[in-house]
Amino acid sequence: MKDIREDIAWAKINQDVLKSLEAPRKLYWVILFFALLAFGFGLGCEVYQYQTGMGVANLNNPQVWGLYIATFIFWIGMSHSGTLLSAILHLMHADWRKPIYRFAEAMTTFSLMTAGLFVMVHIGRLWMFYYALPYPNDRGIWPNFQSPLLWDAMAIFTYLSSSVLFLFVGMIPDLAIVRDNMHAGWRKKLYTLLALGWEGTDRQWRNFRVTYLTIACFLIPLAVSVHSIVASDFAMSQQPGWHVTSFPPYFVAGALYSGCAAIITLFIMLRYVFKFEEYMTLPILKKIVRLTFAIAMIWTYLNAVEFASVWYSHDAVSKDVLIQKMTGNYAPFWWGMIFCGSVVPLVFAFKRFQTNIPVLFATSLLLNLGMWLERWMIVAPTFSHGYYPWTWDHDQWPSMVQWGMVFGSFGWFTLLFLIFCKVFPSVSMYEVKEMVYHRTLHLKKSEAAEEGAH
Amino acid sequence: MSKRHLLALYSNFDEAEAVVKELRTATINGFDVKDDMVIKSPIEHPEVEEFLGDKPVYVQWFTLIGALLGGLFGFFLISGAQANFYMQLKGGKPIVPFPPNFVLTYEMFILGGVFITILGFLICAGLPAKRSALYSSKVSVDNIAILVKAEEGAISVLKAIFTKHKALEIQEEAGK
Repeated sequence: MKDIREDIAWAKINQDVLKSLEAPRKLYWVILFFALLAFGFGLGCEVYQYQTGMGVANLNNPQVWGLYIATFIFWIGMSHSGTLLSAILHLMHADWRKPIYRFAEAMTTFSLMTAGLFVMVHIGRLWMFYYALPYPNDRGIWPNFQSPLLWDAMAIFTYLSSSVLFLFVGMIPDLAIVRDNMHAGWRKKLYTLLALGWEGTDRQWRNFRVTYLTIACFLIPLAVSVHSIVASDFAMSQQPGWHVTSFPPYFVAGALYSGCAAIITLFIMLRYVFKFEEYMTLPILKKIVRLTFAIAMIWTYLNAVEFASVWYSHDAVSKDVLIQKMTGNYAPFWWGMIFCGSVVPLVFAFKRFQTNIPVLFATSLLLNLGMWLERWMIVAPTFSHGYYPWTWDHDQWPSMVQWGMVFGSFGWFTLLFLIFCKVFPSVSMYEVKEMVYHRTLHLKKSEAAEEGAH
Repeated sequence: MSKRHLLALYSNFDEAEAVVKELRTATINGFDVKDDMVIKSPIEHPEVEEFLGDKPVYVQWFTLIGALLGGLFGFFLISGAQANFYMQLKGGKPIVPFPPNFVLTYEMFILGGVFITILGFLICAGLPAKRSALYSSKVSVDNIAILVKAEEGAISVLKAIFTKHKALEIQEEAGK
C-alpha cells in the first residue's frame, strides 16, 4: 500500500494542489449539478412553507420539531469530527492528519451553516428569528439565559466562528502560495487579500505556531461542550426518554461517529474528483476507518447504556416510549438505526475492507443514514408518546415539505463544500511539505543509525 | 545613512544555516545581524528558530486577557440582563442563578480567548503586511530566503558571503 512518497518534490505538491483549483474531473460538475438541484428543491419547499404557513410541514402539537430539529442535530453532529479531530491530532503530532484536515475543517464549517438553517426554518416566521438574540430592547426583555436552547445558540455561534478562524488561520500560508502562482484576475485579488501579506518570515511562523496550537487547545473543550449542550436541549427537559444522564456523552460519541463517517465519504470523493490519490492515501484512509470503528463501538455501548437506564429506571412512560420505538410505527426506522449504526460498522473490523474504496464509500453512507435515523428516533417517538395520553399521536408522518428540506440541506452542504474545494486548496500544501520533510529526516537518521550499528 | 535590501535564495536549510552562522560571527559595519536579518521559509521549521536563537512570542498573553475578558463580559452581560428582571416576580428563585450562567460564561471565555488570540497573532506577526522590499515566490515552493538590510558599504561583504555559500539567486534593491 502506497503512502505519501518521501522523495516527492515540493514543487510538485504545489502543482498538484493548485491544479485542483483549475481542473477537477467531470464528476465534480455532475455532483455540483445534482447538489444545485437538491438545494433548489429544498429552497422551493421553504418558499412554499413561508408563503402558505407551517401547516404544510404537517407539524402539530405534540410533534412540534419533526424532521427539522432532528436534521439540525444531525448536521451539528456532522460538524464535530472535522475541527475536533484536526485539533486533537494536531496536539498529538499525528502527521497523517496533514493531507486531510483542511477539508475536514471545511466540512465542520459548512455543516454548522447548514444546521443553523433548520433552526430558522422550524420557527416558520423567519422574521422573528431576532427574538432569540440577546440584545437590549425597549421593553427590557431578554432571552431566557437559563434555557439550554439559548446555550445552544451561543455554543453553536462560538463553535462556528472559532472553526472558521481555525480554518482561516491554518490556510494563510497556503493562500500565499496560491497568490504567488495565480494569474491576474479576481482570484488573484481574493488570495492577495486573504493571504494578508504572508511571506513565511521567521516572525510570522513563530507566532503562527503558537496561535494555531492555542486555538486547537480551545477547540477541543469547545467541541465537546457544543454537542453536550445540544444533548441538554433534551436531557434537561422532563420528556420521557430524554431525561437521561448519559445523553451528553452519547451525543458527543454520536457526533464524532457521524463526522468520521462523513470524512470517509468526502475523502473518497475528493481523492477521485481532484486526483489527490498521491496525498489522500490508502494508509491514511485505513487509520480513519479504524478510528471510526472504535467510535462506532463506543456509540453502540452508550446506546445500550441508555436503553438499560430507561429499562431499569422503572419510569413506566419512558419504558413505553422505548417499547414503542422497538415495536410500534417507528420500529423499522429504529431497527434501521441499530443495523446501520452498530452492525454495518463491523465491516470495518475486516482488514481487507479497510482499504476497499467501493465498500467504504457505501458503508460510510449507510453509517450516516443510521446516524440521521438516530436523531429522528430521539425526537419523534418521545413527542408522539408523552406523559399525557391525550397528547399521544403515534401516526404523525412528516410531510413532503419537511422531507424536501432535509433533502435540500444535503444539496446546500454539498454545494458549499464543492465550491470551497474549487476555490481554496483542500489539501494543506505547506503541511504536506512539513510531513514529507520530517519523514525524510527521520529516514536519514534511521539510515545513519543503521550504518553506525554496522 | 539609508539602508538597502539584499535577498539570497538557498535550496536547503543547511546552506541557509551556514550563512546565518557566518553572518553572526562576522563583524560587518552597517549591518546588525539581530535586527537586519529575516529568514523566509516555505514551512514552519524548528531549525530556523534554533539557529536564530530564542525570540519571545507574546500571543499567549493576548489569549489570557481575551479569555478572561470574554468570560467576565459573558457573566456580567447575562447577570445584568437577569438583574433587569428584578422588578418581575421570580417566585423565590435566585435573580442571578450561577449554574446555568456558568455554561454561557464558559462559552464566552472560549470565544473571547479565540478572538483575541487571533488579534494577538495579527499584531505580533505584523499582519496584514505590505509586500517586503524584496520577495521571491520561490519561497512559497521550496527555497529558503535570507533577507538582509544593510548600509551601502556592507552590501558587497554580504553579497560575497551569500555567493560563497552557493546562493541560487541574489536579488538586490536598487540604490536610491
